Amino acid sequence: MTHLAPLSRRFFITTGLSAAGGLVVGLALPGRADALPINAAPWTPAGDAKAAEVNAWILIEPDDSVIIRVAQSEMGEGIFTALPMIVAEELECDWTKVRAEYAEAHRNLVDGRPYQRMGTGGSGAVRRSREFLQQAGASARARLIAAAARQWGVAPAECAARDGKVTHTATKRVLGYGALASAAAKITLAQEPAIKTPDQFRLIGQPQARLDTALKVNGQAKFGIDMRLEGMVYAAVTTCPVFGGTVKHVDDSKVKGRRGIQQIVPIPGGVAVVADSFWRAKQAVADLVITWDEGAGAGTSSDQFRKEYRDALDGPAANAKRSGDVNAAMAKASKRIDALYEAPHVAHAAMEPLNATVHVQADRLDAWMGTQDPDGALQRAATAAGMKPEQVFIHNCFLGGGFGRRAVNDELTQAVIVAKAVGKPVKLVWTREEDMQHDRYRPQAAIRFKAGLGSDGMPVAWDMRTAVGSISRSLGRDPVTSGVEPSAVEGLANVPYAVANLNVDCILKNTHVPVMFWRSVGSSQNAFALESFVDEMAVAAGKDPYHFRRDLLAGKPDFLKVLDTLAEKGDWSKKQPAGKGRGIAIHESFGTIVGEIVEVAVSPKGEVKVERVVAVVDCGHVVNPRTVEMQIESAVIYGLTAALYGEITIKDGRVTESNFDGYEMVRFADAPVIETYLALSGGSKWGGIGEPGTPPIAPALCNAIFAATGKRIRSLPIKNQDLSGRA
Amino acid sequence: MIEISVNGQVHRLDVEDDMPLLWVLRDELGMTGTKYGCGIGQCGACTVHVDGEAQRSCSLPVSAAAGTKITTIEGLSPDSSHAVQKAWIAEDVPQCGYCQSGQIMAAAAFLAANPKPTDADIDANLSNICRCGTYPRMRKAIHRAAALIVR
Repeated sequence: MTHLAPLSRRFFITTGLSAAGGLVVGLALPGRADALPINAAPWTPAGDAKAAEVNAWILIEPDDSVIIRVAQSEMGEGIFTALPMIVAEELECDWTKVRAEYAEAHRNLVDGRPYQRMGTGGSGAVRRSREFLQQAGASARARLIAAAARQWGVAPAECAARDGKVTHTATKRVLGYGALASAAAKITLAQEPAIKTPDQFRLIGQPQARLDTALKVNGQAKFGIDMRLEGMVYAAVTTCPVFGGTVKHVDDSKVKGRRGIQQIVPIPGGVAVVADSFWRAKQAVADLVITWDEGAGAGTSSDQFRKEYRDALDGPAANAKRSGDVNAAMAKASKRIDALYEAPHVAHAAMEPLNATVHVQADRLDAWMGTQDPDGALQRAATAAGMKPEQVFIHNCFLGGGFGRRAVNDELTQAVIVAKAVGKPVKLVWTREEDMQHDRYRPQAAIRFKAGLGSDGMPVAWDMRTAVGSISRSLGRDPVTSGVEPSAVEGLANVPYAVANLNVDCILKNTHVPVMFWRSVGSSQNAFALESFVDEMAVAAGKDPYHFRRDLLAGKPDFLKVLDTLAEKGDWSKKQPAGKGRGIAIHESFGTIVGEIVEVAVSPKGEVKVERVVAVVDCGHVVNPRTVEMQIESAVIYGLTAALYGEITIKDGRVTESNFDGYEMVRFADAPVIETYLALSGGSKWGGIGEPGTPPIAPALCNAIFAATGKRIRSLPIKNQDLSGRA
Repeated sequence: MIEISVNGQVHRLDVEDDMPLLWVLRDELGMTGTKYGCGIGQCGACTVHVDGEAQRSCSLPVSAAAGTKITTIEGLSPDSSHAVQKAWIAEDVPQCGYCQSGQIMAAAAFLAANPKPTDADIDANLSNICRCGTYPRMRKAIHRAAALIVR
């Protein structure tokens, strides 16, 4: 696999009190605890493998237990359980003896990409890998059977595999997978076996407890921030508060000679302080007096951007979708309604601040971190270090939240630069303030709709136009010369409602504020606008919002099944008392349709209390119903935080919010009851689940507030709206 | 030298008086189960027990912890057998898991003081942040743990 020497096991040993008082405490190796389904540090310690590798995904130990490799990142979405279930379904192993560990980006690079694309995003882990993971499991099973048949001198067709054992049906002879694994690894099949169809599944579709739970209730799970290496030092960073700015001068007189401070290292747009503890580094970085060259973004503000995005709606646009003749139909419409919707920048604010631990040696670089893109992290580290990609090893850890932010690892570049400069292993950690003020945010957007309704109240013409930051341009990945970025118009260009004359225009406009993927990407702000406006059309037509949607979705059975189930489970027809309201929204993203009904209470003072959320999901098929339920709860609450409170405010070119005291979150008291129901269409549909629960929540909530108060919310967050005296 | 007692073990430390307990635990003692989330006592990821009470260790100078009995997630039980941990496992609460050490420590101290909490008690007393939105499952788990403790 690699000519490079593996890291020695001793490398993991860390000392406890040596820096403080000379008392050395040997800590346990993060090796495998046999009772646990996953290592605390989720990889097989170098040189520790007693298991035989049947293929790149599957290792089998002498006691028949199975290690299944996972190429995507466990950031809470449950992929460390769902993907092994897919492999185990075909492998016919004993699920209680399955453990999971990460696949290696290094092997993916040097061994012909056995893990294909390792990035986690677009709710795509199951969708993109299900078939080849089933194939990997089926192939291993066929070879285990072949190995047993060869040993017994019988035909493979006379043998069957189940629960980690191969049985010769006629003679009842049995061999465990552990005894067959080495031989099976050497077998070449004349033909790869067919994979199961959904009607044959026995494990997929059955609720399973998460494999990582046990590690996450006792502090054992290792996140990137928890890595400790022998001889490691710590780095805290500060970068120019105005994006794109640079350092002019650093006055370090206040921190020079301070206890534990070792070095100040320039990094792109800022500096790192290296110390013998993170706290000392963090204190020192705050005490540096830095003169910045703030660059072109200085002096800008959110209010200015808001006006610019609004104004841009009247300027030139690129067309993303056109059908019929909107202008002609609009001219003949009985009624016209227009509305402008606005969404602010929001932060990812994952609980674990960004961090990376890097050790650079002459011929290899090791990095421990939580990344959503191990392949990209490997290339990034190689570039930053000036080394060959084949010399880089990324050790992915558990991610303390991702939500898109960990798809681009700015922190890794910094850690590599610092580690090279100090010549020691470095753990670089962003403070919460750095994390919040140097995020790559959900783009700010202004979205304008114009609709013409026919004499029956149904829309005959619909013009949509969005002005929004381009993620591809912000990341420098693609100039988007067409002027249409798919993610900018997702949710709009694929609007499910039947309107004969439709036009969707896109205006890409970036500022100096970096923007990126934020849980559900374009569908996040676009569903807020679109599903709120559908409510506006229903009101203008004098129709019930559920029935209005139903009529526009005629001939779309998947949508109708979700919508009808939702109306029933969400008590749509039941009256609400004064001061309360119910709102509905439905949206398809990442191959999955989710409908949500929100019940809200608005007090005379204007306080909003979300009491109940009912969600109905059609993701086609389900791997683990338990994690589907958890992801809907998660996506709803993530979206609620953004709808109620989320707003990153730019003033003088910089982010004013710096921590959770100024960037409020949904906590226990705000968290509603959430009910999740499945309305699965099956067939060939395998939709994603990590994100699709987020888009409908903001519009369903705003529609519920309208029902309770008569006030239409067209600009987020809701905290900026005065709802007093409305209910 | 400052002496602190963590999970029944006494440590003598040569650190600044104002170093927060969080960083003593994580960087000096290598006990990384207690997490850094915000550093200003807002999120609760760093929650530990100080003489049985939930405290946010990021905002507690180590000098103030001297002479107390500190319990971290690593010392809550030797084998994840505390009622809150059992309930957390039964309800499959954690997602990313990063905030969960703090959530569990906060819930354990809360239940010790409120053995039969109502939902309103939970809302009023527990304010740790979870970005994965595990609140509905934590709520169920807290009630389950309360039942386990009473039994």
